[in-house]
Amino acid sequence: MTTTLLFVQTLNGLQFGLILFLIAAGLTLVFGVMDFVNLAHGVQYMVGAYFAAAFTAYTGSFLYGLLLALPATLAFGLLLEVLVFRHLYDRDHLDQVLATFGIILFLNQGVKFVWGAAPLFVPVPDALSGSIQIMPGLLYPVYRLAIIGAGLGVAALLYVLVNHTRVGMLVRAGATNAPMVSALGVDIRRLFMVVFGFGAMLAGFAGGMVAPILSVEPGMGDNLLILAFVVIVIGGIGSIRGAFIAALLIGLVDTLGRGFAPALLRVVLDPGDASQTGRAVAPMLIYILMAAVLFFRPSGLFPVKR
Amino acid sequence: MRKLASILGLAAAIGGGASAEAQEKLKVGLLLTLSGPSAVLGQQARDGFQLAVKDLGGKLGGRDVEVIVVDDELKPDVAITKVKGLLERDRVDFVVGPIFSNVAVAVHKPIVDSKTFFISPNAGPSNLAGKACNPYFYAVSYQNDQNHEVMGKVAQNRGYKNVYLLAPNYQAGKDSLAGFKRHFTGNVVEESYVPLNTLDFQSELAKIASMNPDAIFTFMPGGMGVNLVKQYRAAGLADRIPFLSAFTVDESTLPAQQDAAIGMFGGSNWAPNLDTPENKRFVAAYEQAYNAVPGSYSMHGYDAALLIDSAVKATGGKTDNKDALGAALRKADFKSLRGDFKFGTNGFPIQDFYAVKAAKRPDGKFQTEIVEKVFDNSTDAYAKECAATN
Repeated sequence: MTTTLLFVQTLNGLQFGLILFLIAAGLTLVFGVMDFVNLAHGVQYMVGAYFAAAFTAYTGSFLYGLLLALPATLAFGLLLEVLVFRHLYDRDHLDQVLATFGIILFLNQGVKFVWGAAPLFVPVPDALSGSIQIMPGLLYPVYRLAIIGAGLGVAALLYVLVNHTRVGMLVRAGATNAPMVSALGVDIRRLFMVVFGFGAMLAGFAGGMVAPILSVEPGMGDNLLILAFVVIVIGGIGSIRGAFIAALLIGLVDTLGRGFAPALLRVVLDPGDASQTGRAVAPMLIYILMAAVLFFRPSGLFPVKR
Repeated sequence: MRKLASILGLAAAIGGGASAEAQEKLKVGLLLTLSGPSAVLGQQARDGFQLAVKDLGGKLGGRDVEVIVVDDELKPDVAITKVKGLLERDRVDFVVGPIFSNVAVAVHKPIVDSKTFFISPNAGPSNLAGKACNPYFYAVSYQNDQNHEVMGKVAQNRGYKNVYLLAPNYQAGKDSLAGFKRHFTGNVVEESYVPLNTLDFQSELAKIASMNPDAIFTFMPGGMGVNLVKQYRAAGLADRIPFLSAFTVDESTLPAQQDAAIGMFGGSNWAPNLDTPENKRFVAAYEQAYNAVPGSYSMHGYDAALLIDSAVKATGGKTDNKDALGAALRKADFKSLRGDFKFGTNGFPIQDFYAVKAAKRPDGKFQTEIVEKVFDNSTDAYAKECAATN
């Protein structure tokens, strides 16, 4: 019984970690390559979810909705880049934080203005709506397994893209030393734009994927943004591989911690105290993990070499 | 239309040679959460209130009324600033609001200190019902614990032995589970608190499935409830372990939960299908005006306007004699949409409570429907403390 529960919770952690990875991947590239702090990255996730919801409602098919949401979030990310972010690259981090925070407020109100404040409903696609029984009495939705599959697929794609293509090489070079790449004749602004648009699209993809299982509502990206920052700090800023490992680590530690901390504490404390303490300790675990990682490796698990 | 109405009102006032005060508009400030994820609750209360004003011909208690709507943003500090504006700049006669209890506690003192009547269309925190009760504060809704108590009573009546409790980790979540346990004497297998704004409940669902309780009780307002209900259904638990809840399955969340919520239980003092002629008319008019099924927030908003109307009417349109106006409010001489209604000594309602169930209507819309009456003419648990101090 406990092993199946552990297995189910591991799957949950994996799925949460992969969603985090999709968001953190774009964030770490933008931060690492452009040295640009983009608090509005979580909003891209929300916008992706809203686009997916809107297109799904329009076309009547989640698959088409998601496929249309991808270019839409890409275009939206590029629009933001051209209108706002481009003018901030040369400013210091405080200006960037203030401006992108303003974007969060603006867009959270914006989606409310367009789609209303009530959460939107997105049906799970029929082909993936089934569920399988993996422990007695609990069905695990196939759709969640599909999210795990899609997350792993995107991770593999990113690996190939970053490590085995010319653009990927430029991105890696840019993360190490952007002025040098620019001096070698690469149009660094255009590279920034590509990286930015791609990052926005990844976050939008994550938003679209979770739309059927979570509620699509204003501000849905704000909580995840903080976790995404924890992920990129643990993983090493600018490192896709670091983001991948750190996202899975955070996903697993958070989910398993919440699931089992009270049970483990019950060994040393009486049940009432254990559940009270477990409840208090579980949400802290990821930050304890971050502190520990930073203590031993101040620039993260996979620091970009400079 | 409104202009026409006010011109007519003015003409009537001049024609009748009424006093200067009768010409002055009655001012009501609505302090509600109108932005952020919970905005839909505030919108429902606002729409309910304004529908009542419209039904009463743009007047309350025979006086033309000016409704000033402000957004508290669900932030107590913002709410205090907005309330000061209502009290000092707009000089309102009544403040109607808020949705959330933390806001209510924050703005309570400035409002009642200024001797302005404060009418809550939702929030009913325990301290304002007990020792800190005040003759200027009235709740047309309920005391917060009561909907949870209804579910505890239902679990007790149905003989559930083992119940799993789930709530967000903040004050209202803890109050909720305490309220549930007031009438439930069975075994609580787990009291699980998740962080506020949790959206993924898979690990809770795995725990619930492994413990296999007779029922679960939860308090998950807003988007959290939407997610929990959808995931609970997808995990195959909905048909196996009864889902008891408060503020989780209602008209504000059903448009997003849809079929996933059908058959899940809630505790309430009202439901759209409550069979009174006033209620039938209200639900139809609300749906026509706002294209949404009204929830209890709308009903309370509507009743708040009826309450003000009845009191101002009783004082002949005068608001300067606060004692007379307060006494008129306390009488609650209006026909509530929910039927039986009167105020207890603490300004909170004495009313009936029901177990309700989410259902799909023939027209495809979703609403809660009454299953059974659980409490008859019920007073909240804190009214005694109020009587002791006053």
